[in-house]
Amino acid sequence: MQTFYSDLLVIGAGLAGERVAVEAAENGFNVICLSIVPARRSHSSAAQGGMQAALGNCAMGEGDNSDVHFGDTVKGSDWGCDQEVARLFADAAPIEMRRLAHWGVPWNRVVPGQSFYFKGGQKFEKYEKPEKEGLITARAFGGTAKWRTCYTSDGTGHAVMCTMDNRCAELGINVVDRKEAIALLHDGETCMGAVVRCLRTGKLETYLAKATAICTGGFGRIYKATTNAVICDGGGHIAALDTGLVPLGNPEAIQFHPTGIVPTDILVTEGCRGDGGTLLDVNEERFMHIYEPDKAELASRDVVSRWMTHHMREGKGVKSSYGEHLWLDIRHLGDHHISTKLREVDEICHHFLGVDPRTELIPVRPTQHYTMAGIRTNKDGAAYGLKGLFSAGEAACWDMHGFNRLGGNSLAETVVAGGIIGAKIVEFLMGYETRFKTEVITQQCKAQEQRIKDLISGKNGNENVYDVRNDMQEALMKGCFVFRNGPDLEETVQTLEKALERSARVGLHSDGAGANHELAAALKIRGQVKLALCIATAALTRTESRGSHNREDFPERNDRDWLTRTLAYWPDDNASKPDLKYEDSSQIFEIPPGDRGYGGGSIIPADEEMVAERTVKKQ
Amino acid sequence: MGRELQFEIFRYNPQTPEVEPRMQTYTLEETPNMTLFIALNRIREEQDPSLIFDFCCRAGICGACAMVINGRPGLACQTKTKDQSGTITLHPLPVYKLIGDLSVDTGVWFREMYEKTESWIHTSKAFDPAKPEERMDNKTAEEIYELERCIECGCCVAACGTARLRDDFLGAVALNRIARFHVDPRDERSDAQFFELVGNDAGVFGCMGLLACEDVCPKNLPLQNQLGFLRRKMGITAIKQLFRR
Ligand SMILES: Cc1cc2nc3c(=O)[nH]c(=O)nc-3n(C[C@H](O)[C@H](O)[C@H](O)COP(=O)(O)OP(=O)(O)OC[C@H]3O[C@@H](n4cnc5c(N)ncnc54)[C@H](O)[C@@H]3O)c2cc1C
Ligand code: SF4
Ligand code: SF4
Ligand code: FES
Repeated sequence: MQTFYSDLLVIGAGLAGERVAVEAAENGFNVICLSIVPARRSHSSAAQGGMQAALGNCAMGEGDNSDVHFGDTVKGSDWGCDQEVARLFADAAPIEMRRLAHWGVPWNRVVPGQSFYFKGGQKFEKYEKPEKEGLITARAFGGTAKWRTCYTSDGTGHAVMCTMDNRCAELGINVVDRKEAIALLHDGETCMGAVVRCLRTGKLETYLAKATAICTGGFGRIYKATTNAVICDGGGHIAALDTGLVPLGNPEAIQFHPTGIVPTDILVTEGCRGDGGTLLDVNEERFMHIYEPDKAELASRDVVSRWMTHHMREGKGVKSSYGEHLWLDIRHLGDHHISTKLREVDEICHHFLGVDPRTELIPVRPTQHYTMAGIRTNKDGAAYGLKGLFSAGEAACWDMHGFNRLGGNSLAETVVAGGIIGAKIVEFLMGYETRFKTEVITQQCKAQEQRIKDLISGKNGNENVYDVRNDMQEALMKGCFVFRNGPDLEETVQTLEKALERSARVGLHSDGAGANHELAAALKIRGQVKLALCIATAALTRTESRGSHNREDFPERNDRDWLTRTLAYWPDDNASKPDLKYEDSSQIFEIPPGDRGYGGGSIIPADEEMVAERTVKKQ
Repeated sequence: MGRELQFEIFRYNPQTPEVEPRMQTYTLEETPNMTLFIALNRIREEQDPSLIFDFCCRAGICGACAMVINGRPGLACQTKTKDQSGTITLHPLPVYKLIGDLSVDTGVWFREMYEKTESWIHTSKAFDPAKPEERMDNKTAEEIYELERCIECGCCVAACGTARLRDDFLGAVALNRIARFHVDPRDERSDAQFFELVGNDAGVFGCMGLLACEDVCPKNLPLQNQLGFLRRKMGITAIKQLFRR
C-alpha cells in the first residue's frame, strides 16, 4: 500500500477545504488536499446566489455592519447557534470578501446613479452614490435586514471556486482528485490521517498527517430528493462517526427548499416566487393563500415546504412516474421577464424538463437542500473527541447556523471559517511533533482491505446496496422530512434499524474492479444508515419545533428545555442506535433568546436567571 | 408505455486489460423527462453495476459528465432521451486518459493546463486586510466573469482536430483562460509574458480555426473571438520580438 505524508491532510477540496489548505500553505506547511472529483466540480461551484458580508457599499446596504449581520444570523438560527461563533463569522466576512477580490474574484461592483428594482411585484427606485463606484456591490436575500449578498452575475460559487483553486495552484498545493477517504487513522486519542481509496485504480492508499481537516460538504444524498451533487454523500461524516469518539452536532437540523424540479430535484431559485410566481395543485388551483393568507407563496422556505407537503398529503398532488409533485407557474410573468431576470430558470426548464416556462408549468416539490448537522467542532474548528482532527464548511457543525441557515451564509461560511480554522490549524502545527503508530495504522488499513474483500466475495451476504440505500432514502423522506411527529419518527427508526441490519449483509453483484461505483456505494452504505439513524433518533427525542426541525405534535419552540445542541455518538459498530448527549447551544448571549420576527409560532421561555447570567453587557 | 430505448455503450476497464474493449447493448423503457443521467443510473443500479461513468452536479454546472453522445461531445446530464433516436450510442471523450467505460481523467489534464498557463493573478501587490478593496469597473468584472464561465468539461478539446493530433496542444479552453487573465487589470503580466506561454504551435499557432470547439461548448463561451483576438495579438507580439532580436 502506498503511503503519503504531509503536515496537513485536507479531506475535501471545495471552498472550505481549499481555503484551509491555502492558509496552511501560506504559512509554510506542506498540505495535501483530497477530493472525489476535480476540485472545481465540488458542490461549492453550484451556488449561484452569493455570499453574505456586511460591506455596506451599495445603496440598499447602507448602514450595514457586522452587528446587523450577526443579529440576522442569530435570528435565522432560531437561537440554535453558538453566538461566539456567529460573531467571529460576521466580523471576518467583509475582510474575507476583499481578500477574494485581491485573489481574482470578479465581484459585481457598484454602478453609480439611478436604477430600479422589484419587490413583491412592485417597482422601486434606488440611487447609488458616485463615491462608492467600483466597490463590491450586493443583492437582497431572504432573512436579511440589508442588501448584503456579494455576487458575480449568476455564478458566484463557480467564480469563487475557480479563484480559490487558482490560488492553490499558485501555492503549489497538492490537490489530488479521484481520491475518496473511507476511514480515519487514529489510536483513540490522536488522528493520524486517513485510509483512502483511489478512484482511478481502486487501490487503497494511506495518507499520514500531523493534522487532518474534514471539509467534505453536506450529506444531502442520503435523502431521496435533494438539490445536492451526487458526491454529497457523507463520506467524511461517516469516517468521523465510525471512530466512536467524534460526535455529530444537531443531526436533526436539515434544511428543505420548496422548489426542486421533478424528476432530478435541481433547484429553481426562490426568485421565481419572489417575482410573483405561484404554486398550483393537481387541479391547477392556487393553495398557499388558503394556508398563509398574508404571505402566501412568499412565506419562508420551511413554511412553504410544510404546506406543500401537507397539500400533497391531502391528495392534491400531481401523480407522476417519479412520485407526487405540485406545479410552479411563472407563465404570467411574461417572456421578457423570464428571459432576462430568470434566465437560469429558463435554461434549467429547457435542458432538464424540455418545458418552456412561458407556456408550461414547472413540476416542483420540497427537497433536501442543506445540512446544518455536521461534525461537531469547538470555535477553533477542532473536532470533539480526537486531537489533530478539524472540520470546516458544510461538513462541520461549527455552529453558526443553529437550526436554520440563511441563504448566502453558507458560501460565506466556507471561506470565513476556512480562514479562521486554517489559522488555528497553523497554530496547532507550530512546533507540534507526533508519532505515527505503525502498528495501529497497519491494523486499520488491513481492516479496510478485509472489508473490501468481503464485499467482493459476498462473504456477508448478497443484499443489493442500491436496494438498502433506497429503503434508507424512503424512510428519511417519510419520517424526517419537512414535517415530523412521534409515530412517524418511531416507524422511521424501526425501518432504519432494519436497513442497518441489511447493510451488514451487502455483497457486490459486479467484480468491484478499478473505479467501480458499486464498491464505493457498498463501502459507505452502513455509515449512511447510521447517519440516517442519528437524524431520526435525534428528531424523535427533540420534542419541540425550532427552525427546520418541525414537530407537528410539539409546535412550540421550547427554550426552557431545548436551548441545547444534540451530540450524537456511535459508540461501536454493533450498536443499533446512537448515544445522544446534549450541550448548551451558546455559552453567552449577545442577543438573548427572543422572537425571530417571522415564521410565527409560540415560545416556551428559557429560565430568566440563566439568560440574565449569560447575557453580555455592552459598554 | 414509453419507447424502448437501446443504449450502445463503450466498455473497457484498464484495470482488467484481459477483457477487450467492446460495445455493449442495454435496453430501458423511456419515462417522461428522462435524461441520460437518469437512464445511466438506472442501467447501473438495475442491470449492470460494473458500468463506470461520472456525474456530479447532474445540473449542467460542474462539467463532470461530458461524453460522446451519438458522435458528438456533450453533457450527459442535460441530454434528454426524447431528443435522441431510439438508439443512443455512448463513447468516452477522446484525448483524455480513460479511467473506465465512459469515464475519463479530465482532472490531470486540466491541472497541467493551469500550470502551463499559470492560471492565477500575477500581482506584486500584497493584500492589506485593513484597507477597502481596490475598485474595479463593473463592466470589466462582467467581462472577466463571461470568460470564467468555463466548466472544464473538456468537450472543446475532445472535438478539436489539433488536440487529437498533438498531445501538447493546449486547446481553446487554455487560450480562453489566457484571455481571462489578459482582460483582468489585476494581472500585471505583459503581452510578451503571455506570448511566452501560448505563442507557439502548442498554443495559438496550432489551432486550425475550424471552430469545432465553439460548436460543442455547452456554456456557449465565445471561443472563436478569443482565439482570433489572441492570434492577432500574439502575431503582433511575435513580430515585435523578431525585430527586437
Ligand atoms: C443548488 C445549491 C445552491 C446553493 N446556493 C447557495 C448560495 O447561493 N449561497 C450560499 O451561501 N450557499 C449556497 N448553497 C450552499 C453552499 O453551496 C454549500 O453549503 C457550500 O458550497 C459547501 O462548501 P464546502 O466546501 O463545505 O463543501 P463542497 O463544496 O460540497 O465540497 C466538498 C468536497 O469534499 C470532497 N469529498 C466529499 N467526500 C469525500 C471523501 N469521502 N473523500 C475525499 N473527498 C471527499 C468533494 O469531492 C468536494 O471536493 C447552495 C447549495 C446548493 C445545493
Ligand atoms: S478552432 Fe482551433 S481550438 Fe477550436 S477545435 Fe479548431 S483547431 Fe481546435
Ligand atoms: S470552454 Fe466550453 S467546452 Fe471547453 S471545457 Fe470550457 S465549458 Fe467545456
Ligand atoms: S453532472 Fe455536472 S455537468 Fe453534468
